[in-house]
Amino acid sequence: MFSLLCTGVCNLLIANLLLVEFLHMGTHDLHPHVVDHRQELKHILLFGFCYEDVVYSLPLFSHSSILYPVLVHTQQLPYRKGLTNSARKIDMAIENEQPAVGLSKVAVSETHGEDSPYFAGWKAYDENPYDESSNQSGVIQMGLAENQVSFDLLEKYLEEHSEASSWGIGAPGFRENALFQDYHGLKSFRQAMANFMEQIRGGRAKFDPDRIVLTAGATAANELLTFILADPGDALLVPTPYYPGLDRDLRWRTGVKIVPIHCDSSNNFQVTPEALEAAYECAESMNLKVRGVLITNPSNPLGATIQRSVLEEILDFVTRKNIHLVSDEIYSGSTFSSSEFISIAEILEAHDYKNSERVHIVYSLSKDLGLPGFRVGTIYSYNDKVVTTARRMSSFTLISSQTQHLLACMLSNKEFTENYIKTNRESLRKRYEMIIKGLKNAGIECLKGNAGLFCWMNLSPLLEESTREGELALWKVILNEVRLNISPGSSCHCSEPGWFRVCFANMSEQTLEVALERIHKLMEQRKSKET
Amino acid sequence: MGLLSRKATCNSHGQDSPYFLGWQEYEKNPYDEAKNPKGIIQMGLAENQLSFDLLESWMAKNPDAAGFKRDGQSIFRELALFQDYHGLPAFKKALVDFMAEIRGNKVTFDPNHMVLTAGATAANETLMFCLAEEGDALLLPTPYYPGFDRDLKWRPGVEIVPIQCTSFNRFQITASALEEAYQQAQKKNLRVKGVLVTNPSNPLGTTMTRGELDLLINFITAKEIHLISDEIYSGTVFSSPAFVSIMEVLKDRNLENTEVWDRVHIVYSLSKDLGLPGFRVGAIYSNDPIVVAAATKMSSFGLVSSQTQYLLSAMLSDKKFTKEYISKNHKRLQKRQSKLVSGLEKAGISCLESNAGLFCWVDMRHLLSSNTFEAEMELWKRIVYDVKLNISPGFSCHCTEPGWFRVCFANMSEDTQKLAMQRLKSFVDSMTINSQSHQELKNARRKSRTKWVFRLSFQSFHDREQDER
Repeated sequence: MFSLLCTGVCNLLIANLLLVEFLHMGTHDLHPHVVDHRQELKHILLFGFCYEDVVYSLPLFSHSSILYPVLVHTQQLPYRKGLTNSARKIDMAIENEQPAVGLSKVAVSETHGEDSPYFAGWKAYDENPYDESSNQSGVIQMGLAENQVSFDLLEKYLEEHSEASSWGIGAPGFRENALFQDYHGLKSFRQAMANFMEQIRGGRAKFDPDRIVLTAGATAANELLTFILADPGDALLVPTPYYPGLDRDLRWRTGVKIVPIHCDSSNNFQVTPEALEAAYECAESMNLKVRGVLITNPSNPLGATIQRSVLEEILDFVTRKNIHLVSDEIYSGSTFSSSEFISIAEILEAHDYKNSERVHIVYSLSKDLGLPGFRVGTIYSYNDKVVTTARRMSSFTLISSQTQHLLACMLSNKEFTENYIKTNRESLRKRYEMIIKGLKNAGIECLKGNAGLFCWMNLSPLLEESTREGELALWKVILNEVRLNISPGSSCHCSEPGWFRVCFANMSEQTLEVALERIHKLMEQRKSKET
Repeated sequence: MGLLSRKATCNSHGQDSPYFLGWQEYEKNPYDEAKNPKGIIQMGLAENQLSFDLLESWMAKNPDAAGFKRDGQSIFRELALFQDYHGLPAFKKALVDFMAEIRGNKVTFDPNHMVLTAGATAANETLMFCLAEEGDALLLPTPYYPGFDRDLKWRPGVEIVPIQCTSFNRFQITASALEEAYQQAQKKNLRVKGVLVTNPSNPLGTTMTRGELDLLINFITAKEIHLISDEIYSGTVFSSPAFVSIMEVLKDRNLENTEVWDRVHIVYSLSKDLGLPGFRVGAIYSNDPIVVAAATKMSSFGLVSSQTQYLLSAMLSDKKFTKEYISKNHKRLQKRQSKLVSGLEKAGISCLESNAGLFCWVDMRHLLSSNTFEAEMELWKRIVYDVKLNISPGFSCHCTEPGWFRVCFANMSEDTQKLAMQRLKSFVDSMTINSQSHQELKNARRKSRTKWVFRLSFQSFHDREQDER
């Protein structure tokens, strides 16, 4: 966050510089909640100051001498850093420092999102991590959506199939594999992926291996699709709450903006046609060209699948507006029951693939198979041009052929995949039920979930004030006193304060018990305070 | 249907260029010693296939590395979950040590200044995103690797302005060429953010001299711009002069921790030295902590598989192995290169004297019907269709002089190389015999061909529809 603590004429200069800059901004660069009063600030400003990114000015000869507080969000002003540099130069001239040689705006921007308070939780965990034996009072990591419940199945497979991961002297496989950098990807791997995706959807949709483009993770897939579907300055509509990483993946290097589709608890955070229209209109009012809608189904952080009717509505909306639909189905294999997940692929199949060239699916093995380190993501597009372009662009983010080989073996084994999908679902469901029960015992309600590696917990009754600040205050208490790192809804852009995402699949059952006990204790303490 | 972005519909990926023909022809009719002895021999692919046996034997002796085990214990879970963009510490340490060893340990590298990326392709693109805005320019000496046209221009939107190098001085960079390029950029209203060199050079196969490196340092100091040194072939220097890294020169000139120090960045990869392009192992090394920080975060879009990081950390930590590998690899490359050079000589063809890389920069100017790129294209087509060798024409590398071709030697067996040289000799011999009738035909052909050739869009060439170098 950029802030000027002002003393002296020098800083008045800076404030005025900022104001002049601000006055020349395009309307769409303003924070959406800002009302544009700038026409009234036409005159020479001699008085003014800046505090925590807010510019206050007292215009001398204006027709009104009202203070106009203006919220200027750092991220909405990409070129502000240039001004920061010149502002810095003034300071530095005083301190006799040399300004750094120019890096790009992208390099110095904060759109990677890692300076947010949300990352403080990670820091607290890193400094004091819980350990079952050696650090029982440490911070328990519940902010990490990892799937650790099915490793035994993977390890068993590897033990029984060493050919998937090893090479010996003279084994012809090694050379060929080591040389293979074709961006089409290993055919056997794409075939195996297509089959796996079909199995996850209970055979209710078919996938053509030649439409599969491989990328190093879903992170790369989402960014790549954004480069292909939108130009810098365009917008994508994303339902809130959403995975915080999208702020970086969709916006950072692409220069594309996210306009939220606001969802709330009144209808279990489902997307409505009204919310879609409102988001579209909001984008239009900011002069942003909307290129598509991106949904995560099952949803992160809600932990719930999107209903068929809602998917139909969204598809109808994008068709009417003639824009794209990206469905990130990274958690598709993590639904607790096979029948509840409905993929956009099924909807398209039911429509005979009419109008499907606007639909693109993102998938990854990071969640379903618990292999985030192996960097395996895919784009599945029904649009030939997108497939060709994405394939070429994937040169910047290919999957290691060593890893492709391993997973081609593993996922081609129907016995293994069928058993894995079934068992994984079952294990996740058990974990989910365990955490829901424990939270219920502590008097905490969660959104009804049916998928994912986390639940969406409602702590709004505990808030001192029903605001973002109130939520962050509660989050800090949970982090520092209860010693649980959970994700506050505000980091997911949730418009209702008090919701938290709590992960349950990245720890042992015992650790989960400990976490639930701590939560129980917190609630007991609160109850006794009230009485 | 909603339109795609400008990036999706432009041609900056470079794959619609006419040179794609060579690759298509090869794919249609690939040479195979047993099954297709009359097929096209692939000599446009800069791969190192000479030292796989060394890698294979190491892996046979060290099965834990590929088997997710450390000291007999399974570390599968640990690796499967490891997605930290700071990279596996053991791997970065092993990699910086390997890089130092390649440089005769005259320089050392700090693992905290290294960023891992999915290949050098990703490394170069990421550096563009970090150092330049869309529309800025980078100066590159010609001839250069055709893939740069895609890596620097496509998504980052950076312009390339060539630093013209000629055979007059063995294609070395001169101060006037640098200045000329800078002025060219200014004329086009382009802001120059830096210079990118490949050292050892692709396609020349030569290492840069200390003089050139000094020139570069002086130039970037004067202009206050960045220098990227793509040292992907640093481990393929098989004969003297020894490889001199830019880091070494900075050190020798006592420029550590000065302003220019922060503006020098190195790109590396294991695709050429170790012959593992499929594993996608690249790295950015920068002295500037801000660049390191930004590039680290950006590497999220192209991390190296933890499975691969672990295998290679074990391999490269084995100092006995790396010493043996580096030395044997050099010997084999040197032997193969000299066989190619003598084979070419027998055909009356010379090449630029080289001491590195997986290819030779071959001079076929005397075989051109005229000193033009049209003639080069003509010759290239004949070599692909008639001689059945897929080689890379200099034009695709933005060479300013027609008649130069890049010919690879490390991606095939000795016998295949011998056959290729025989075919070439026969071709050249037949050319000499037919030179008179050829002259008559040439004039007629030129008239009809010139019109068509001029309509070709001289766009960036890509060796194949992949990212080979």
